[in-house]
Amino acid sequence: MAEKPRIGVFVCHCGLNIAGVVDVKRVAEEAKKLDGVVFSTTYVFMCSEPGQKVVENAIKEHKLNGVVIANCSPSLHEKTFRNAAARAGLNPYRVEIANIREQVSWPHEHEPEIATRKAIAVVRATVERVKNNMTYIPYEVPVTKAVLIIGGGIAGIQAALDVADAGYEVYLVEKSPTIGGKMLFLSETFPTLDCPQCIETPKMTDVSQHPNIHLMTYSEVESVEGYLGNFNVKIKRKASYVDFDKCTGCTDCLRVCPVKAPNEFDRGLTKRGAIYMANEQAVPLVAVVDEKYCIEVNFQKRVKAGKVKPREKPVCSKCVEVCEADAINLLESNEKIVEVKVGAIIVATGFELMDMKKLPEYGGGEVPDVIDALAFERLLAPSGPTAGVPKRPSDGKIPKSVVFVSCAGSRDPEHGVAYCSRVCCMYLAKQAMLYKHAVPDGRAYNFYIDIRSNGKGYEEFVQRVREEGDLIYLRGKVSKIFRKGDKVVVWGADTLTGQKVEIETDLVVLATAMVPPPEIKKLAAKLRIPTDEYGWLSEAHLKLRPLETVTAGIFIAGAAQFPKDITDTVSQASGAAAKVLTMFSQPKLKREPIVAEVDTEICAGCGLCKEQCAYDAIRIDEKKNISVVNEALCEGCGACAAVCPSGAMRLRNLTKKQVIEMIEVLTENY
Amino acid sequence: MVEFEPKIVGFFCNWCTSSAADLAGTSRLQYPPNVRPIRVPCSGTVDPVYLLRALREGADGVMIGGCHPGDCHYITGNLKARRRVKIIKTILESLGLEPERLLLAWISASEGKKFQRVVTEFTEKLKQMGPSTLSKKWK
Repeated sequence: MAEKPRIGVFVCHCGLNIAGVVDVKRVAEEAKKLDGVVFSTTYVFMCSEPGQKVVENAIKEHKLNGVVIANCSPSLHEKTFRNAAARAGLNPYRVEIANIREQVSWPHEHEPEIATRKAIAVVRATVERVKNNMTYIPYEVPVTKAVLIIGGGIAGIQAALDVADAGYEVYLVEKSPTIGGKMLFLSETFPTLDCPQCIETPKMTDVSQHPNIHLMTYSEVESVEGYLGNFNVKIKRKASYVDFDKCTGCTDCLRVCPVKAPNEFDRGLTKRGAIYMANEQAVPLVAVVDEKYCIEVNFQKRVKAGKVKPREKPVCSKCVEVCEADAINLLESNEKIVEVKVGAIIVATGFELMDMKKLPEYGGGEVPDVIDALAFERLLAPSGPTAGVPKRPSDGKIPKSVVFVSCAGSRDPEHGVAYCSRVCCMYLAKQAMLYKHAVPDGRAYNFYIDIRSNGKGYEEFVQRVREEGDLIYLRGKVSKIFRKGDKVVVWGADTLTGQKVEIETDLVVLATAMVPPPEIKKLAAKLRIPTDEYGWLSEAHLKLRPLETVTAGIFIAGAAQFPKDITDTVSQASGAAAKVLTMFSQPKLKREPIVAEVDTEICAGCGLCKEQCAYDAIRIDEKKNISVVNEALCEGCGACAAVCPSGAMRLRNLTKKQVIEMIEVLTENY
Repeated sequence: MVEFEPKIVGFFCNWCTSSAADLAGTSRLQYPPNVRPIRVPCSGTVDPVYLLRALREGADGVMIGGCHPGDCHYITGNLKARRRVKIIKTILESLGLEPERLLLAWISASEGKKFQRVVTEFTEKLKQMGPSTLSKKWK
């Protein structure tokens, strides 16, 4: 700021949130005494319309060239006041927030005097900073009007259709051979009892036929570069050894494959070949070869590695022989990398269930007739391995009694899952009901901690099931499950009667916790978006920006954020799509101008800054022997400025001078 | 006798630790008021000069809070911070100052409780260590 500072300080009461602890009047009075401050005031709610007017009027009346708002976290109202300043004709980057609520009044509720002194210090430091804030204009970048959607479950499907219907291109990437996600595993959906085969598959077909959707199944995101509006994405199309364009989905190959591998779609209850189709309703309806299991592919790999000599005849080529479409080639991997340019990304990677092996006390992974709820969905599904009449894995008998165990791993910090998985109470009620329909003389027991049925029609559904179903609901936790002969014994407690309970049963269904998919951490790192302590993707603000991540242009939908049911997932997917469409409705996108800049008078072109830059935003101009910052690539982290030996490189509005002046203020008398 | 109240300057990254501090506040978690925060984009923004300057100006401790390794919003800024802190600690030692007066902590946006704990423990530790001698020696 070359001109004489004329700073205004505006201290917010936030009702009693700040003023109940911090003496706001004193903060404003102390601010007024500061060199360069020409105006200070307090207001009960500075963010309200009249509050913003106070700021706007003062800017005009006192010809302010810098503004400090002492209020809540900048993540909430920095934008509000920067916009207010702009309306009053002041460059928005002349406004800074002093956070005296989240970081002063709230965490020091019982120490008003100390909190007030801390608030004064924070305000003073911010005044020092604002004195040297400069005027900047947002940088405009073009936007590529195409979206990458990662995950082809119901969330990805819904978001893809919404964006594609609006006329924009969609790249839908799904790691498994079919879209449909976990929803396709289900027998019926609560509370309406629609079958997913009826309600989800039409959407899957729409996706495959939509002219704006590029469907990339059996693919994974390899790398993501770029920024809001301009991402360059590399997508790995995994080796399937099948030409999807030629494959007709005739299933001839499936019948001849000699390999027996666990069938993921039936949760391992059945086997599939090394060449397989995800299920009968797969979209696209094509076969893929599982590298891990195919005899010929593994032989060829060993040949390439020089471990065995090549043979004239293939070791196994049964599938190739029967394929009339000539779609299979086991000799050459067809893995390839595809590059696409998109303006926005929606992450809809969904969930997994907790590995049952983590629940040894419940016989998880040990006792064959202890299964997880998704496996039981398959047993109840008309399209499942038992055509809807549940048969237990150990001996194929129809179970005459089933014990359902809620919260198997959920709400249990000892298993690392303190949260509620949100859908188990509902689907267990549904499963018990469907089981009773299939086995009318069977007994169904349900151990629960609380019944959580807080959705539209949910409570009514649970009540209906309990009234109609002749079910035994036991309020209490199960302590141990073990095998006894061909039975499974469940030890638990009924806390309503105070009795210990022991049940000998044919089958146990564990409502295992919903957990993030294991690959999510890697993907989040590629996307540069944070996850929470469990691995769920972090939203920008839990209440107000639940669809956005902190990285501009990257959105989240569905259970990738946190366990949710289909209703919420679909709503969120449409919401994320709407966010993308809002972006695409603008001809250009504005990028924050608060990035690094070089003082070309001082810079000696040593290149230390270039080494620090994680975005390749700095190049050395060999002729002039100076560093040059590409504003479109710079994210404004300031790592370059931190190493610049001459001080030529600086982060705008947070220069060394500014920070040191803040340090000086903050280390003065407490 | 009045208990010694250490002065602490905290450099908190915008994406993780400053958000964690916000969360601690929103959750009304109470912690000692000794830390005076400066919000920076990234722990990698923190110039080593800031750390030394804060100590010279009379801070009894300096804290840098960043995202967990691998979670940096700017990919590797926190790793840069880690290297710099390691070096600065050796410099502090050669200046005759306890390297423990400089704390680097990984606190993610969801770890409000961890923020409370780290700040409380650091303040307690500095109380036990007593005032820094650096500013007096220097001036």
